[in-house]
Amino acid sequence: MMTLITFGFGVLLISCFLCLYRIGAGPTAPDRTVAIDTLGTLIVGFSCLYALFTGQDFYMNIAIAWALLSFIGTIALAKYLEGRGFHE
Amino acid sequence: MNETVGIVFIVVGLLFDLLGAIGLVRLPDIYNRLQAATKCVTLGTCAILVGILIYRGFDPLGTKALLCAVFIILTSPTGAHAIARGSHISGVRLWEGSVVDRYADARDMPVTSKDTESDTGELRVKEG
Repeated sequence: MMTLITFGFGVLLISCFLCLYRIGAGPTAPDRTVAIDTLGTLIVGFSCLYALFTGQDFYMNIAIAWALLSFIGTIALAKYLEGRGFHE
Repeated sequence: MNETVGIVFIVVGLLFDLLGAIGLVRLPDIYNRLQAATKCVTLGTCAILVGILIYRGFDPLGTKALLCAVFIILTSPTGAHAIARGSHISGVRLWEGSVVDRYADARDMPVTSKDTESDTGELRVKEG
């Protein structure tokens, strides 16, 4: 099981580096926004696997908080792209 | 038995995560990238979380995994929809191989037009 989780860390790190490539090379601003959103979701999965790896459940709290903050950031960036205020 | 099912769920989730990230790099367009990245990565991460829940049972770690999975299922499509709408409004063009853009037609159309009620959903040809 520990071997599987270590393999999973490798897979998630490769996915995170692909997202970082898209953040760096994306031609437009929404490309970068999509990549940031995807990176947040991948980090949630990484943190949950780390909670299973160590057996301590407070890493799961980090995952929940990260999902919440990533969602708020995504919504704020999308409203900024739309070019409107936040009260509409 | 529970451990085997949980391991299968975690492996499937990792595979979907990797495929979503590859699609984020390889596809040609912001909308196609949104398609690949959001759906595949959401399903993959939720499969990992459900696998952790099945592996551990309803102890504190598993219950928090279930809570996190529900939260990701609720929020991730909302964020993707907002990004797609914002990028279309901010003027990002579609890939040149795209065949239809219903949202641009709907935004050009006046709201009180009679064509709105009699729209049968067929492909509309733009005048001019």
